[in-house]
Amino acid sequence: MARVVVDVVLKPEISDPQGQAVLGALGRLGHDSITSVRQGKHFVLEVDGDPDEAELKQIAETLLANPVIEDVELHLTAD
Amino acid sequence: MTIDTVEHAEKSPDDEQPYAELGLKSDEYLRIRDILGRRPTTAELAMYSVMWSEHCSYKSSKVHLRQFGDLPHSDALLVGIGENAGVVDVGDGYAVTFKVESHNHPSYVEPYQGAATGVGGIVRDILTMGARPVAVMDSLRFGRADAPDTARVLPGVVAGVGGYGNCLGLPNIGGELLFDDCYAGNPLVNALCVGVMRHEDVRLAKAEGVGSKVILFGARTGGDGIGGVSVLASETFDEHGPAKRPSVQVGDPFTEKLLIEACLEIFEQDLVTGIQDLGGAGLSCATSELASAGTGGMHVDLDTVPLRDSTLTPAEILMSESQERMCAIVEPGKVDAFLAVCRKWDVLATVIGEVTDGDRLTVDWHGERIVDVPPRTVAHEGPVYHRPMRRPADLDDLQADDAAKLPRPRTGAELQAHWLALLSSPDGADKTWVTEQYDRYVRGSTVLAQPEDAGVVRIDEDTHRGIALALDGNARYARLDPYAGAQLNLAEAYRNVAVSGATPLAVTNCLNFGSPEEPEVMWQFAEAVRGLADACRDLGLPVTGGNVSLYNQTGDVAINPTPVIGVLGVHDDVRKRIGGGWRTAGERVLLLGVTTPEFGGSAWASVVHGHLGGKPPAVDLPAERALADVLAALGREGLVSSAHDLADGGLAQALAESALRHGVGAVLRLTGDPFTALFSESTARAVVTTSDPEAVKATARWAGVAVTDLGTTGGDALVVDDLLELPLVELRAAWTATLPALFGTPEAAVGAHPNGAVPAS
Amino acid sequence: MRIGVLTFPGSLDDVDAVRALRLAGAEPVALWHADHDLKDVDAVVLPGGFSYGDYLRAGAIAARAPLMQDVVAKAGGGMPVLGICNGFQVLCEAGLLPGALTRNGHLHFRNRDQALRIERADTAWTSDYETGQRIVVPVKNGEGRYVAADTDLDRLEGEGRVVARYVEGNPNGSSRDIAGVTSADGRVVGLMPHPEHAVEDLTGPSTDGLGFFTSVLQGVLA
Repeated sequence: MARVVVDVVLKPEISDPQGQAVLGALGRLGHDSITSVRQGKHFVLEVDGDPDEAELKQIAETLLANPVIEDVELHLTAD
Repeated sequence: MTIDTVEHAEKSPDDEQPYAELGLKSDEYLRIRDILGRRPTTAELAMYSVMWSEHCSYKSSKVHLRQFGDLPHSDALLVGIGENAGVVDVGDGYAVTFKVESHNHPSYVEPYQGAATGVGGIVRDILTMGARPVAVMDSLRFGRADAPDTARVLPGVVAGVGGYGNCLGLPNIGGELLFDDCYAGNPLVNALCVGVMRHEDVRLAKAEGVGSKVILFGARTGGDGIGGVSVLASETFDEHGPAKRPSVQVGDPFTEKLLIEACLEIFEQDLVTGIQDLGGAGLSCATSELASAGTGGMHVDLDTVPLRDSTLTPAEILMSESQERMCAIVEPGKVDAFLAVCRKWDVLATVIGEVTDGDRLTVDWHGERIVDVPPRTVAHEGPVYHRPMRRPADLDDLQADDAAKLPRPRTGAELQAHWLALLSSPDGADKTWVTEQYDRYVRGSTVLAQPEDAGVVRIDEDTHRGIALALDGNARYARLDPYAGAQLNLAEAYRNVAVSGATPLAVTNCLNFGSPEEPEVMWQFAEAVRGLADACRDLGLPVTGGNVSLYNQTGDVAINPTPVIGVLGVHDDVRKRIGGGWRTAGERVLLLGVTTPEFGGSAWASVVHGHLGGKPPAVDLPAERALADVLAALGREGLVSSAHDLADGGLAQALAESALRHGVGAVLRLTGDPFTALFSESTARAVVTTSDPEAVKATARWAGVAVTDLGTTGGDALVVDDLLELPLVELRAAWTATLPALFGTPEAAVGAHPNGAVPAS
Repeated sequence: MRIGVLTFPGSLDDVDAVRALRLAGAEPVALWHADHDLKDVDAVVLPGGFSYGDYLRAGAIAARAPLMQDVVAKAGGGMPVLGICNGFQVLCEAGLLPGALTRNGHLHFRNRDQALRIERADTAWTSDYETGQRIVVPVKNGEGRYVAADTDLDRLEGEGRVVARYVEGNPNGSSRDIAGVTSADGRVVGLMPHPEHAVEDLTGPSTDGLGFFTSVLQGVLA
């Protein structure tokens, strides 16, 4: 069993009101050193047998993320 | 894991059991042993403890609530109290079911999910009657509007009510939003759902037909809210916040939407004998209620229950409050068709047991018997308490502290200042900040919605038949006199339905009170129930059901008694509905009803003086009835172009709301004491506008309702001759600024930033 | 004229779209997401709602439903398609329209009566309007903020593919006040506001929305 983690975040040029809201809260709480927050999604996929990286990349880029607005990162970890 | 089986329980009578931790008193525990003739197994103890909690058993309130069942027979009532929700005949073969339920404590602990699952639960109650849910309403109360905890709780509750209801595709057609210190730590979140069906489609919760299958369908069972019923609903929060922080239920409105569509298809194909939703007490409640309503027994194989968490114990599975689950009784020959409908809607459905001959509810786990009980003893024969009652010691002083003694505004400038103060107070202010988070358009049949006095929904596009609903719960009145307070709330909801042009038909209620273990609270409760029952008898309206929420208190300070009353009315033709706003200039403004100086518990006394004392306004049910008759006649004849009820804030509040609705002012002349005219809260009154004042007066005279000429619509101000002039611009600014100032303005966040970016600060 | 209304699990405004089409004089045809059967319809409306709970991204899973493959193929051949709210989100996710719809700038779900300006009165769904016409229809969404890269926005504007714009206030922070866009051939239109809720005086803020549904009848007849 392999585990694949896919992180999806909004592209830098797309504004992220959720991240902005968190940043605003941090500022009000006195955490002035935090200058940016981007909120994203974290998927954990469990794969039977050897993971096919190309297939996973395709899944990540066509379903898990919307390439118009989101970037995706793939992390393979063997259990 | 060793399992506490029935066999083991018989052999180990002396094992200590944690009944007290589960909220059972020692005499209640002894009664369970007496019923079973042995000690209960762990699973049985869990079932009894949740089902015998205040929340599920109504053990403190039952003896009082009987008065609703004793009301005279009503032809309109197709299904009465005792089912998931009452069913009312609204004509043309249509039946309507409606009910309000509280989700108060869960919404304090986790505002978004607490409110969301409150909506989910009441929608399933309506669905189980065989109806398509068509609209929701919400009645909300929070601590002082500027208290920090209100800023935590309110936005989450509003987002939760909206998030869940919007995602189900149910329009939110109205409700209430009120603030008072007494709700700090005890917010009230009461949600109403209304559903429509044909008479022949009414379903009941019962298990009949030996060999019929018990099917659990909807979401998987997880560890949500285990013990939530007894812990959340039966324990009081201390001043440091929640005494326990139990796992709250998490809602999945998408699954519920699928469940609704699947159920409606299942009803259409006539595939179920009985159906019950899983709410508080989960499977314990559904199986014991279904079995006790039927003619036989029931057996459940707990290993077949689909789980989200494989580590759950059998007792936890029985108690789990995972949302979006339902339980159906299906004849063997219909099981395949039932499962096919569920597959179509991607709804997980599993046969978990069957109806047996005999009269026991039995549950097996890993092949061993862990529950063997008479189901009625779990579902219906819980303890019944005649709790001690005592008139609150402070009530005489409170009633003697007459609001008539308070300093009154005398000059035009003072009257104007008080008027603006009322209109900009959190209770009186514009509620758009809340209601624009709710979808009021979905399904395309919302005829009136907030901020109108009543929500009106069309139920037939060809005949134009429709229904009207209002929810009201003035707790200041009920604090001063719970008997009169409950009646005044009924009268207000009744009036709100009537001003829309509808004929009031039936009543539901959600009774929010403090701890029943306090004799003074118990007295308030008993008085409110007695008042409501008496008033329903006088108005000839049946009570179709209701909900009781007790233990709404922090330490030994209870909330003001808050009986929230819902009234359902019927429109033969919704095209004749009457809205509350003024649309055209040059119409006559008339006041229907009689005004006397009544300020006890008024919004004026509260907002201007922070005062609560005296007696609430006099109840006059014959006058309410006469007013409703007049309004119905005016609606039928199309004689009025607007009607607005007078309640909190009296004439001042009503005039301002009517003017601001479509931006049409008026020039008015008040007779007698202008202060009394503007701020008294005398009941049985409404303001109407008309182009045919003589016809309106004639109709009112016929019913014995007094009419006062107030003036004429038009202009961009509310002008009271010789007294004051309130430009609508100023009025609107005061009215709309309050809630955004307290809870944030979306516009400030969006502005003109590129891509709608939110500023970082 | 047969016009399909596609129901996904979680679609909500399908009954409203059916009513609007009926009032416009069309024959509404119910379509089910899991079928591969467009039932010979002449045009398709993708209604509002929360398809599949919108749990991945709004419209993302619906865009990959079996029947959507048929819709995409037919749209390529010029079949008119109108996506409203969630339907607009589905069209963007399916690649039939450019850009994406994201969480409202103010983070709230918002329902209000919204003024729009019709920017293009020559698409399959807007021919009964005048360019520059002001209409009022409800808007209600939590993820209705239209976004695209600035270069793409410039290109869309250059090609005249903005169908409607919010006026008198932007309800969700959409780029350049965009309320709706169209495909290059003017046959596929995505619209965030809800014209199907403004088709009867009794229930809507106006009847301004009816034009979208009558427009397509003319186009299909022509």
